[in-house]
Amino acid sequence: MKVRYFPGCTLKNKAQDLDLFARKSALALGIEMEEIPMWQCCGGVFVSANDEVATKLSSIRALSDAEEHHSPLVTVCSACHNVIKQTNHQFNTDSAFRQKAVNYLASDTVYQGGAEIYHYLEMLRDLVGFDEIKKKVVKPLTGRKIAVYYGCLLLRPNSVMKMDDPENPQIFESLIRALGAESVYYPMRNECCGGYIALESKELAEKKSRSVYESAKSAGADTIVTACPLCRYNLLKNNSPLPVVYFTELLAEALGAKEDSNE
Amino acid sequence: MQRIGVFVCWCGSNIAGTVDVHAVAEALKTEPGVVFSTDYQYMCSQAGQNIIKDAIRDYRLTGVVVCSCSPRMHEVTFRKTASQAGLNPYMVEIANIREQCSWVHKDVPTGTEKAIILGRAAVAKVNLNAPLTPGESLVIKRALVIGGGIAGIQTALDIADAGFPVDIVEKQPTIGGKMAQLDKTFPTLDCAACILTPKMVDAAQNENIRILSYSEVEKVGGFVGNFEVTIRKKARYVKEDICTGCGACVEKCPMKKVPNEFNLGMDNRRAVYIPFAQAVPKVATIDPNYCNMLKNGKCGLCARVCTAGAIDYTQKDELITEKYGAIVVATGYNPISLDKFDEFAYNQSKDVISSLEFERLTNAAGPTAGKLVRPSDGKHPHTIVFVQCVGSRCDACAEKGKEYCSKICCMYTAKHAMLTRDKYPDTEVYVFYIDVRTPGKNFDEFYRRAVEEYGVHYVKGMVGKVSPEGDTLKVQASDLISGKQLHIDADLVVLAAAIEPDASARPLATMLTASMDTNDFFTEAHPKLRPVESPTAGVFLSGACQGPKDIPETVSQAGAAASKVIGLLVKDKLTTNPCVAQSNELMCNGCSSCELVCPYGAITYIDKEFRMPDRSIQIRRVAQVNPAVCQGCGACTVACPSGAMDLNGFKSEQIIAEVDAICR
Amino acid sequence: MNNRQKQEEILRISGVNARKCMKCGKCSATCPAYDEMEYHPHEFVYMVETGDIDRLMASQSLYKCLSCFACVDRCPRGVQPFKLIEAVRLMNIRKQGNNHMTANDIPSILDDDMPQQAIVSAFRKYTK
Repeated sequence: MKVRYFPGCTLKNKAQDLDLFARKSALALGIEMEEIPMWQCCGGVFVSANDEVATKLSSIRALSDAEEHHSPLVTVCSACHNVIKQTNHQFNTDSAFRQKAVNYLASDTVYQGGAEIYHYLEMLRDLVGFDEIKKKVVKPLTGRKIAVYYGCLLLRPNSVMKMDDPENPQIFESLIRALGAESVYYPMRNECCGGYIALESKELAEKKSRSVYESAKSAGADTIVTACPLCRYNLLKNNSPLPVVYFTELLAEALGAKEDSNE
Repeated sequence: MQRIGVFVCWCGSNIAGTVDVHAVAEALKTEPGVVFSTDYQYMCSQAGQNIIKDAIRDYRLTGVVVCSCSPRMHEVTFRKTASQAGLNPYMVEIANIREQCSWVHKDVPTGTEKAIILGRAAVAKVNLNAPLTPGESLVIKRALVIGGGIAGIQTALDIADAGFPVDIVEKQPTIGGKMAQLDKTFPTLDCAACILTPKMVDAAQNENIRILSYSEVEKVGGFVGNFEVTIRKKARYVKEDICTGCGACVEKCPMKKVPNEFNLGMDNRRAVYIPFAQAVPKVATIDPNYCNMLKNGKCGLCARVCTAGAIDYTQKDELITEKYGAIVVATGYNPISLDKFDEFAYNQSKDVISSLEFERLTNAAGPTAGKLVRPSDGKHPHTIVFVQCVGSRCDACAEKGKEYCSKICCMYTAKHAMLTRDKYPDTEVYVFYIDVRTPGKNFDEFYRRAVEEYGVHYVKGMVGKVSPEGDTLKVQASDLISGKQLHIDADLVVLAAAIEPDASARPLATMLTASMDTNDFFTEAHPKLRPVESPTAGVFLSGACQGPKDIPETVSQAGAAASKVIGLLVKDKLTTNPCVAQSNELMCNGCSSCELVCPYGAITYIDKEFRMPDRSIQIRRVAQVNPAVCQGCGACTVACPSGAMDLNGFKSEQIIAEVDAICR
Repeated sequence: MNNRQKQEEILRISGVNARKCMKCGKCSATCPAYDEMEYHPHEFVYMVETGDIDRLMASQSLYKCLSCFACVDRCPRGVQPFKLIEAVRLMNIRKQGNNHMTANDIPSILDDDMPQQAIVSAFRKYTK
C-alpha cells in the first residue's frame, strides 16, 4: 500500500524521532510512505475565520497532491492533521472560500475536494487494522503502563475530525493494547497542555501541563505517549516526572523496527 | 349542470389580512356552474352557516364550495350545515385558503391570486361530485392498551370500570413500568410503590382486564371499531396459570450473575427471576440468555424444586389474535444512553450515575436496601453534585442530545436533593442548573423548600468536566452568578439524563399507521383540542409516548384517553366514510395489483359471470372492495394498470379537473 | 467602524449565530484558560450578541485562548464560542501596528527544545 506523506516542519527539526519511527514502522507494516515533494508548513494552527484564505493554501496543495495520486494523505503530527482536515472541511462546505482558494492557487490541476485524510493512528486502525499489527508485534511491550495523551488537536472539533468519540476515545488505547502494553485511563487525556501559550504565558502552560502529567501519574502510568511535538515539549519543559515519548517510537520498538536498518 | 354556491371566509384577519376576499368571491362568480358567490367574516359562525343554508334554499344549490381553513378543521361543520339544508353533505368541498395560502404568503396580490386558483379547483371538482351515502360498521366492544406502566394501567382501569373488557400488553414480565422503579414522588413525597402497587393489583383482579405480560404486538390490521391484532406471548418457560410465585426456583437457581435490569444493573439477579416483590403477575420467568438448561441442557434445578410443576423448558412463543374496537398506545419513555456525554465520565466511574440509578440507590427495595452509598466502594458520600439538562435542550448542530426539555428533571432533582439533605444532613448537595422549571401545582414551593429549608446549593451554571482522580470526582463547573469557575471534589455525581420514547414506539407507529414527530413521540390529532387522540381513527395516546410528562399529567391523560375509548365503545355502529374505492368490473383484468398494495386487506377477488355482446357467458376474475374495511387511501387506484379502480369522492376525473383548473 | 458594524463583521467572519446561546455556561465550565481571562467564553458570546465590542477588543483575554476547541465540542447549542474569540482577535491584529507579538520578541522566549510548531502557531495567532 502506498500513501502520500505530509511530515510537517517540526518533524524535520525538533521532532525527528516522530518522523523516523513512523517511517520505520510503516516499512515493517508494508506501507510505502511517499513524502509529498515541496510540501509547505501547515501553519501550526487552523485559523477558523471564514475569510482567511492565504494561510490555508499550503494545506490545499498537499490535499491536491494526494487527490492527484489517488492515495490517502497521511500525517503524523497532530497539528498538521488538524489544520489539513479542517481546511479540507472548509473547502468542501464553504463555496466562497473554495472559489477564492482555487483562484489564489491558479494551478493547472484544480483540487476537487476528494482527498482522503488519515492521521497515522487512523491509518493503523482503518487501513492496517490493530489485529494485523498485533500479529506483527515481535517485542510486545508487556508490563508497561502507558498513559495515552490525545491533547485537543486529534479529537476536536469532533464534527470535522471524526476520529473517535471525543470524550471517550479508544483508538490510541487500542493501539497500545495491540502492542502488548497496558493502557491506563486518566481523565486529562483529552485536555489541553497549553499549546502555543508557552510563548505568551509560561505560567499557564506550566499549570496546564502539570495537570495532565499529574493525572497520568496518579493513575499509575509509567510513560506518557503522544502524537504531538508541542504536547511533548510542554510536558517535558514543565518537569513531567514521567517520560513522554512519541507513539511511533513505541510502535517501532514493538515491531522490532527501532534498531535495525541504518539510522 | 350543477348549481354551485361559493362562500369565502375572512377568518377575521387570518385570511382577509393577506387575501382580498371580495376579489376572490367576485372572480369565482364567473366559474362554470357557479350561481352564487359571497364572502363573510366568520363562515363557521352560526350567522355564517345560515348564509350557506339560506343560499342553498334560495338558489336551489346542488353544490357548495367553502373557501376557508383546512378541511381538517371545519369540513365536518360545513357538511352538517349543507345536510341541514337538505343537500347531500358530500356535495361540499373546502378550498383551503388559510393554512395553504394566507398563512404562508406575505403580500395581498400573491395571496389573492392563489386563493382564486384554489377556489377554481374546488369548483371544478364539485361540478363532478355525486351524492354519497355513508355505510355502517360494527364496533368490537374490547380495547387494547399497549404498555403496562402507570399510563396503561390507569387507562385500562378506567375503561374496565365502564364495563368494557381490556387487554394490557406489556413486554416486560411484570406491569408497573418506570413508576415501579421510583422511590418517592414529587411534590408530595408519597412512596411510588405505595400508590402504584394497589393499582397493579386492581388491574390484576379486575374481571374486565386481561394482562398479557412478557408479550409484544406483532401485527395490526383493520380499522377503527374493528382492529385485528396479533400479539406474541414470549415463552417465559414457566406455566403462568400454575406458578404461585413462591420463589423457590429463584432461590435455587445457580446462575447468580445476571445483571438485574430492574436495578439498572447495579446488582445481580438469577436466570429465573421475579422482577420485584410486588410484580404483577407474580410469576417467575426464565431468561433464555443465561439459563444453563435452555442453553446446554445441563441443570434443571428449578424444575426439580417447583412443587407446582410450573417449569416448562419446552415452552414456545405463542401468537394470539384478537379483535379490538380501540387501541391505546402507552409505551412510555426511557432515559437516553449517556455514552455520548463522557465529559461527565459516566463510563469511567461507577460513582457517576443517572438519576434513575439514584432512585434505585435510595429505594428500600433497591440494591442497597435504601442506604445511599457510593456504588464503587459502598462508602457514604459527603458531597453530591447533581447535573441538570444532560442531553436535554441540545441544538441539533451540537450533534448529540435532544432538542426538547425533558420536563421532569428539575422536579425530581429537587426531590433527590431535598431527600438527601433530610436523611443525611452531613452531606453537601450541589445542583447545577441552566433554568429551574417548576410550572405545576405546588412545584415551585417544593423547589424553594429544597433551597430554603434544606440548604441545597443551587448553582446557576453547567458542569464542564468530571475527572475521576483516585477516590474523588473532580467537578469543574461554572458559577455564572459569581463569575467563577468552580472546582468541587465530589463523592457522587448524578446526571439528569434526557428522556426519550421507548424504542418499541417507532415500529409500533408503523403498524398502527399512527404519525410521530422527529423525536419519535406520537403526534396528537390536534395539539390543543384533541390531545389524547392520534390522527389515526381509533388509536389513542396515553402518557409519555406523546411527550415528556410527570405522573399527575400522565394519569390525567390516561383517564382522558380512556374516556375517548369509552365514547367509542358505547356506540354499536360507526358511520363509515363513503369515500371508498370501487372497481369497475368491466375494466378489471384480475391482475391482483390492488390487492397486493391494499394496507387494510379490503380487496378480494371473485369469479363473476359476464354476459358478452354475443350473449355468451364468460367467467372472469375481478376485484371487489369491502367498503366497511376500505379506508379510502387510494393506493389501489394508483396501482391499477387498467384504470378500473377509482375512489368515490376523489375520482380520477375529479382530480384531473382540479389540476386543469389550477393550470388554466 | 462603529460598534454595530464591528458586531456584524465578527458574526460574518466567524459564521457564529450568537443567538443560539442559552446561557448555560458550559463553555466557561470547560475552558482551561478561564482563570487567566478577564472576560470568559460565555461573556464573549453575550458581549458579541449585545454589541459590546470595544471592551472585548481591548481585553487581553483574546490572547489567552488556547484554541483547544473544548468550548466548541461541549456546547449543547452548537454556538462555537472559540470562533468568536478568534474573529475578535483577528479584527484586532489585522489593523496595522496591532500585532500582539513581533519577531523581536521571539529570541528571548526561545529555548533549545521548543518545536517549530509552537513558534509558527503563536505567529498565526498573534500577528498578521
